[in-house]
This record gives sequence, structure tokens and C-alpha cells, in this order.
Amino acid sequence: MSGDLRDLYQEVIFDHYKRPRNRGALDAATHRAEGHNPLCGDQVTIYLDVDDGVVKDVRFEGAGCAIATASASLMTEALKGRTVEAVEALFRRFHDLVTDDNAKASPDLGKLEVLAGVREFPARVKCATLAWHTLNAALRNRHEPVSTE
Amino acid sequence: MKMEREVLAKPAVAPLEVARLRQDFPILGERINGRRLVYLDNAATTQKPQSVIDTIASYYRHDNANVHRGVHALSQRATDAYEAARANVMRFVNARAPEEVVFTRGTTDAINLVAQSFARPQLREGDEVLVSAMEHHSNIVPWQLVCQQTGAALRVAPIDDAGDLIVDAYAALLGPRTKLVAVTHVSNALGSIVPLARVVALARAAGIPVLVDGAQAIAHMPVDVQALDCDFYAFSGHKILGPTGIGILYGKASRLEAMPPYQGGGDMIRSVTFERTVYNDLPYKFEAGTPNIAGAIGLGAALDYMRGVGVEAIDAHERALLADATARLAAIPGLRIIGTARDKAGIVSFTLEGVHAHDVGTILDHEGIAIRAGHHCAMPVMAQFGVAGTARASFALYNTHDEIDALVAGVERVRRMFR
Repeated sequence: MSGDLRDLYQEVIFDHYKRPRNRGALDAATHRAEGHNPLCGDQVTIYLDVDDGVVKDVRFEGAGCAIATASASLMTEALKGRTVEAVEALFRRFHDLVTDDNAKASPDLGKLEVLAGVREFPARVKCATLAWHTLNAALRNRHEPVSTE
Repeated sequence: MKMEREVLAKPAVAPLEVARLRQDFPILGERINGRRLVYLDNAATTQKPQSVIDTIASYYRHDNANVHRGVHALSQRATDAYEAARANVMRFVNARAPEEVVFTRGTTDAINLVAQSFARPQLREGDEVLVSAMEHHSNIVPWQLVCQQTGAALRVAPIDDAGDLIVDAYAALLGPRTKLVAVTHVSNALGSIVPLARVVALARAAGIPVLVDGAQAIAHMPVDVQALDCDFYAFSGHKILGPTGIGILYGKASRLEAMPPYQGGGDMIRSVTFERTVYNDLPYKFEAGTPNIAGAIGLGAALDYMRGVGVEAIDAHERALLADATARLAAIPGLRIIGTARDKAGIVSFTLEGVHAHDVGTILDHEGIAIRAGHHCAMPVMAQFGVAGTARASFALYNTHDEIDALVAGVERVRRMFR
């Protein structure tokens, strides 16, 4: 495998694709939103349990390709225990990570850094950001499904 | 019954000299990610031979002018070349007259023209338009729009698990309310060839007109609109080695004559006053505005190229590629071929267990192999087969068995990565 393909398909990504964390519905959800990528038909539902401005629990259903599924799984791991403000800041940092070649590494991103390789594959950026855009909609309690288009 | 492939397959045709004709396609020399390009996305669009590229460049260098109006030399040259392209299309599909050949932007534009100019004025509440379950969105949505506009209903003839049209079920859906059958010639997602001889004969017996979406057939098998006896046949230039933005609507003259114009503007009129406009004759009635002149001329060059190679030889070559690719892909553990119709054109759709089509597409692209991944603008087909999308390899005259080796090796590699 040449360098950049390995950058995209890192072991952590395969791990989260094959064994996604926090997958399934969350009955106690205070926030929920659906997102889809019309290019490939992939769909994801994000469930959040927010109490006193803090994310107590987060789960997801759906996703699709290795990048979309791993990104959703890694996102759920990264969010628990954060305040809503901290989640929004993390979203902006993650978005820069996968779209901006000059983005600086931030210790806050932790394991999410493995998705930086997506930058070199413009057709796949939407796979990595689908769960995050859906999360953003859930926090705003938007009921219209989110589209990556 | 001239269109039945079994009949066409009988006369032996000389095999294509693929190595030689590949040199006519400059883009095949491109390198992608350091690898030789293996272009297997021909159902999306085909590559262009040098003769098409040169014809378009030469038109702009030497002949460019507007058509059907100037008295000057260039306008006459442009008009002659544009009308020569129309006559060329007429010969290629065996239409009766140039008036039966309308230049459009593409297949989608041609289908919308028929939906709005032919179907819309006559559809009433309770009427039905019948399509098949394997249509591209472009042969579904224009009919949904016209049904919303008129109160007519869209009916769908089913396909079986192999991707073959269930002809008996189709026949049962033809009734007094059916005002039009709109069916593909070849499924872009499955590769199935629709048995048009039977489909058209059944509709004809019931007095129902038929539109055929020929986008996936035109570059791959002989098409004779008189033998097919369809009322309309639509295709795109870019899928038959020609440029994008040009397409063809063939229509029987009697049908086209009876239809009102699609769009209003220049070139489609004979005389205009504020009180009354007299429309132009066929086919100009349907060509409002300055047309895609270079596109039409480029399409003519593409048809010349196809004729020079030989459509029957292309058909035979692509069927051999299909058989090779099907057998070797099917032998890969976990690979499921979507679309196993009795009669198929050079399209192989597949899923790989535990791997999403987009991941297959990205990894193959890294090897220089271009395939399509996704729903192929045929989401109802994906739903019937219970998949969100497939990976699809589709062949053209310039593809080789070496390229199938590369595809098979690439898919094996995907499988190893995801193991």
C-alpha cells in the first residue's frame, strides 16, 4: 500500500469500522437528528443525552463506508462528558482537520487525528463529516434531515 | 426481430485490434497515482477518440458561425456540417428521414421533451405511464413530474431477482389506461438488456406508444429504430465517444408532427407577430435557440469512428470482456454480482461482503482503476436488491482483458485490506 492510502485507511479506522462503539438507539435521548449523503445513500442517526449543558451519552445508528462509520464511532467516544460549548469547538477543529491542509494538530482532537488523511481524498471528506454535521443539527434540535450536499 | 442478439451473434466478425485502436484515445495514456489509467466507468461516460477532439477543434478554428441564418460563407459551412451530423445520426440508427432526428442536450433532455410535449397534452386523470423497475432516475422523474401535472399515475413493471424484466407482468399492466410505455434498452445499474422486440410488440398490439432510453445501448450494440418499431428513442452523445451536452431524440415523424413545441425561441419559428407565431417544420420546431453546433458535429465524428470500427465487432468484444470479468469476479469469496440477467451488456455491478462500495472505489482509484461506486442514479434498483449501492465496472471498445486482470487484482487487494 502506498503512503497516502495507508494514511486514509489506518488500523484505528478498520477497528472502528468493524467494531463500532456506541452503536444503536438511545431511548433517553434529549436530542436526535438524521443525516444522509445523497451521493451514496448513506444515512446516520445521532442520539444525544444532554443534561445541564453536558453530553452524558451519545449513540449512533446507520453510517456506511469505513470512513463514515469509523468517524461516527470515533466521534461518539470523543464527546462523552464534554460541555455543549466544548463539543461545538471540537466540531470546528475536526472540520479544519479534514478540510484544511494548514490545520494545526490540536491535543484536543486525540484519536480523531486518524481521520486527517481524508484531506487527500476530496471525494471522501463528506463521509468523514456526515456524523458531525448530523450532531450539529441534533444539538440545534433541527428536525429536517441533514444532507451533505 | 433484427435486434435479437442471438441472431446478431451468428455472423462471425473479425476481432477488434484493441491495441491499435487504443492509440486513437489520447486519454488512455494518462497516469493516475503513478499507475496506467484503467478506465472502467464507460456507463457514466466514454472517452473520446482523437478524431472527435480534432473535429471539434477544427470546427471552432475554421467554420464557427451560427446556423440557419447567416448569408455568409461560415454560416453556410456551419449549417452544412450541423445538418450533415443529423443525416449521419439518421443513418446510424436507421431513421427514415433527418426530420425524425432532434438534437437535444442529452438523453435526459430528450425524455423530458417527450414527457412535456407528447405526454402532458394528452394525459388525463386516471391515465397511466408504464416504466420498468430498472429505470435510471432520468426515465422515472420526468414521468413523475408529468403525472403530478396531469393527475395520471406511474406504473412500474417488475424485474426478477436476476434483473430480467418480467414480461408477463409487464403485459398484464398494459391496459386501456396506459398511454405510454417508457423503458430502458439496457439497465445502467444491472447491465440487463430489455427484450425490446417483445416489449414493443405487446405495446403496439394494445396501441400504446413506446419510448426507449437508449443511453446504455447506443455505443454497444446495433440499434435500428425501424426494426425496433419504437415511437421514440433517446440517447446521449457522450456515451458514444462524442462530447457532453449533445443528445438525440429520434421520433416517428407522425408523432413529432402532432406534438406542440417543447421550448419557444429562435430557430423553432417560421414567423412571429405579437398576435400569432407559426412554428417551424420538423425537426427545428424542437430546437429552440442556438443549438450545440460543435457538439452535434463532434457526435457525427464519433459515429463515423464507431462505424469505422464496426458496431457488431464492438458488441462481440464487449461480450467477451463481460464473460471474462463476470467469471473471475464471481470467483472472489464474498463478492456478489448484482444483475445476472440472461442477456447483458458490458456492465458488472457487484458488492463485496463487509466493504462499502465507496471504499472499493477509493482503493481501486489508488491503483489507477476508475469504476463507479454508489446507487448509479437507480435507487429503486438498489432497494430491490437490498443494497445501498454497488461498485460497477463498465466496458467500452478500448478495454482489454489485461484491464480485467487489474480489476480482479484490485478487488482482491480490497478484500485483503478489509479482512
